[in-house]
Amino acid sequence: MPKDGGIGASTKRREDIRFLTGKGRYTDDINLRGQAYAHFVRSEVAHGRIKGIDFAAAEAMEGVVKVFTAADFAGVGGIPCGWQITDKHGKVMLEPKHPVLADGKVRHVGDPICVVVADTYEQARDAAEMIEIDIEELPAVLDMKAAIEPGGTLVHEEIGSNLCFDWGFVEENKAAVDEAFAKAAHVTTLELVNNRLVANPMEPRVAVADFESHSDQYTLYTTSQNPHVIRLLMGAFVLGIPEHKLRVVAPDVGGGFGSKIYHYAEEAFVTFAAKVVKRPVKWTSSRSEAFLSDAQGRDHVTKIELALDAENNFTAIRTDTYANMGAYLSTFAPAIPTWLHGTLMAGNYKTPLIYVNVKAVFTNTIPVDAYRGAGRPEATFQLERLVDKAARELGVDPVALRRQNFITEFPYQTPVAVVYDTGNYHATMDKLLEISDHAGFEARRMESAARGKLRGFGIAHYIEACGIAPSNLVGQLGARAGLYESATVRVNATGSISVYTGSHSHGQGHETSFAQVVAEMIGIDAAQIDIVHGDTSNTPMGMGTYGSRSLAVGGSAIVKATNKIINKAKKIASHLLEAAEGDIELKDGKFTVAGTDKSVDWVGVTLAAYVPHNYPLESLEPGLEETAFYDPSNFTYPSGAYGCEVEVDADTGQVTVLAFSAADDFGNIVNPMIVEGQVQGGLAQGIGQALMENCAYDENGQLLSGSFMDYAMPRATDLPMFNVDHSCVTPCTHNPLGVKGCGEAGAIGSPPAVVNAVIDALIRGGHDVKHIDMPLTPSRVWAAING
Amino acid sequence: MHNFDFVKPASVADAVAALAAEGAQALSGGMTLLPTMKQRLAAPEVLVSLTGIAELRGVSGRAGASVTIGGATTHATVAAEAKAFYPALAALAGQIGDPAVRNRGTIGGSLANNDPSACYPSAALASGATITTNQRDIAAEDYFQGMFATALGEGEIITAVTFPIPEKAAYIKFAQPASRFALVGVFVAKYADGVRVAVTGASNDGVFRWAEGEAALSGNFNGSALEGLSVPSDGMIADLHGTAAYRAHLVKVLTKRAVAAAM
Repeated sequence: MPKDGGIGASTKRREDIRFLTGKGRYTDDINLRGQAYAHFVRSEVAHGRIKGIDFAAAEAMEGVVKVFTAADFAGVGGIPCGWQITDKHGKVMLEPKHPVLADGKVRHVGDPICVVVADTYEQARDAAEMIEIDIEELPAVLDMKAAIEPGGTLVHEEIGSNLCFDWGFVEENKAAVDEAFAKAAHVTTLELVNNRLVANPMEPRVAVADFESHSDQYTLYTTSQNPHVIRLLMGAFVLGIPEHKLRVVAPDVGGGFGSKIYHYAEEAFVTFAAKVVKRPVKWTSSRSEAFLSDAQGRDHVTKIELALDAENNFTAIRTDTYANMGAYLSTFAPAIPTWLHGTLMAGNYKTPLIYVNVKAVFTNTIPVDAYRGAGRPEATFQLERLVDKAARELGVDPVALRRQNFITEFPYQTPVAVVYDTGNYHATMDKLLEISDHAGFEARRMESAARGKLRGFGIAHYIEACGIAPSNLVGQLGARAGLYESATVRVNATGSISVYTGSHSHGQGHETSFAQVVAEMIGIDAAQIDIVHGDTSNTPMGMGTYGSRSLAVGGSAIVKATNKIINKAKKIASHLLEAAEGDIELKDGKFTVAGTDKSVDWVGVTLAAYVPHNYPLESLEPGLEETAFYDPSNFTYPSGAYGCEVEVDADTGQVTVLAFSAADDFGNIVNPMIVEGQVQGGLAQGIGQALMENCAYDENGQLLSGSFMDYAMPRATDLPMFNVDHSCVTPCTHNPLGVKGCGEAGAIGSPPAVVNAVIDALIRGGHDVKHIDMPLTPSRVWAAING
Repeated sequence: MHNFDFVKPASVADAVAALAAEGAQALSGGMTLLPTMKQRLAAPEVLVSLTGIAELRGVSGRAGASVTIGGATTHATVAAEAKAFYPALAALAGQIGDPAVRNRGTIGGSLANNDPSACYPSAALASGATITTNQRDIAAEDYFQGMFATALGEGEIITAVTFPIPEKAAYIKFAQPASRFALVGVFVAKYADGVRVAVTGASNDGVFRWAEGEAALSGNFNGSALEGLSVPSDGMIADLHGTAAYRAHLVKVLTKRAVAAAM
């Protein structure tokens, strides 16, 4: 291993030095000469018809450059959707237009209606107050089940329905599933809500764009998890700008959690407006605006059923889910409740028959898309709550019921399309019981009882599909893009290396862990290696960072490109050492002729590549730079067992998380410290969803939780010290590093563990409570206890 | 935020004069006013800062009798300096917001705003405090007039608040999970002539006294005295964070806990 850390070392994150010393360069730090400021005027009603916009007074105000409305975007495309679902009848989903600025109708609170561009931000805001918008308010469509009843109010009249699609998976299995239920010895049913969340990354969104008329070149700086995807979507589908004339830069980005994957209207607006007003245009979201305009997460209403035989073996699962799309289809919205949710319904269990129905519904709410875990938390929550409920109904130990039904042989073909390559669920369960001191729970419970508190222990086991995804497969499933990743490894003459990757880092620590991989492969210090990302002008094509894919897919591309480098370097070394190429070995940054002491070091080879005086020019090009694209052959399947221990104050309903243990199998691990940090962050978000966070609308579609005064973010004092273990390792069988991905696990596995723990505490305390919908706020828990 | 003029007088008299200007608004810690202005929900033309007035700052008292706190004294100062005189009041101040809020926000600002979920009104009402302004003394009983409403008139500035020191007292706050304001907060104070229980966060009418609880506790200062009592949920706040019934229930639970904690 290189002395400053290769694969397996807990190298400290090199990027933290600039973040922690205020030297990060975020999009809002970018100010272009002569830039104007955009202020969006947004709908204050959830649903309405725009009868008129009078902006003459605003446009006459000091400093105002121009007021834009939908009329300015007449020749411009709508915000596109990146995934097309085909429903259970073979019909493609309904896909309404999503204009950059509201055209004729507003469809959610926060829907942008017009934009003031002015010399200063305050002038833009002042002018915005002078704009008079005449809106005829329409009834807001909010309840998903009511929304798809015939004859109701339509969010989009032109598509004729609020039902985006009615997806059945696997439709061919439905009859067999129903038959299994008819024959079941026991059926457990659970109706639940997966609460809507707001991602709330620390950095709100920002976009600043410039247009250079001398070269017809656009540049957009934006807070994105995938600048190339933005270039493709905005350039090709919205503004009609070819890739070579559009540079998209996502510099340091302060967290995304999914919400910065998507192409947003504000990005298209500033890029379009910069050309119109002939100066750079900047928009910076306020936190209040982020609540109204960032895509939100989750929001499923589900009925799930489990059929068991007389020996408590799972024989079938049937689900019926309503998935809220919000008012428009965000970039990946249709994929989340379908291919990232239905395919995970087997969980860790060998249930032979599964049928998943998902009705995606338009409502007058902010669009919903992927949020950390994206579909997989929704699947895991249903399943793990259901298994717990079944265990209680049957009077068996929830751990034993899980173990009895665990998949134990791999590869395992699930009845929901995916094939798990590897895993060992008994091992993670064993590890969880060990690290959580499950055996000592009863003593701890008695101690709580002595203080008048109810203590409970909840378990959840999860599976997720990461490393998204084989392009040919996702193409069949409706993706309008490939999901490979690329990398260029550029070795400089003196041996230092710049690695250009399409994976974007916005908190994941790629600059550290990717460098560790290359350092390990070549045997040089990681300090010699820079990881470059986030700029379409200098990195090869990138599909970006989401779905815990960066190391599994982006890292694999880097490994491929580095292997090409090593192969070429060996050819150069064989020439320099006058030995057969096959006899050259690379170890610790030194090329040696096997079995001899003849060697040349790394720099000797890289220098020869760029100063090719003694070089096989007739058979080998000079230089040392390679690019590789990696397209995965399967998803990766991280899994793990999570245990949560809570105490409930029955007088107030307050839940305190006393302990949380996570035993994950992420396959091989490059940087254990970074992995632990990722799990901890995910757990904080999952516990936040389970106990505190809730994006709520009132009956008129007004956002009730529109600021941190009402949207409860978890704080350090709400969380216990986490007990995180990743010593259970079954390496991924199909990528070169054997890695699976760790970014979302914490948020996927923790909500059911928390809720199971609270229900356990209440039941042990003598309260007959079957289920409480998240978030389990004190008020809700108290209401459940008191019937 | 709209533009405004800013003045920072050094005396109460100068502040009163400045407040006579058209569109003038007193600014203390600004913990509510500044966010409101940033959202453009308030747009005073002149902000008259009270934090530069030395006579409005500080804590003084007589052990066992009373403690007087200047109107522009920060929560952090109250938490530190009132402790010797009135520990329950100091503890309340030490739990408001976060360190940044406690080092900016003031007791006078909090009482003048009379947010229905603020902590201080419960202490003032439960202690039978006297709110002193540049014009008069106002008994806490008369001062609080409902949600965000007080007895203060135009140009009237809280110069000091005087709390009679009880034999025993405690404040228990049950935090709203997002804002960490009081979802319900109960201040219990036991004086020689009886027990006072003031509740914040719960009622649509702002801070109030729970008379039934006071009567029971005046006879027997023990949580068990509250057995059998219940707080009606009529008029209680119902929102995302708790129903009216839940808040009514919490009043009793927290009163019991405050009695147990009273020091």
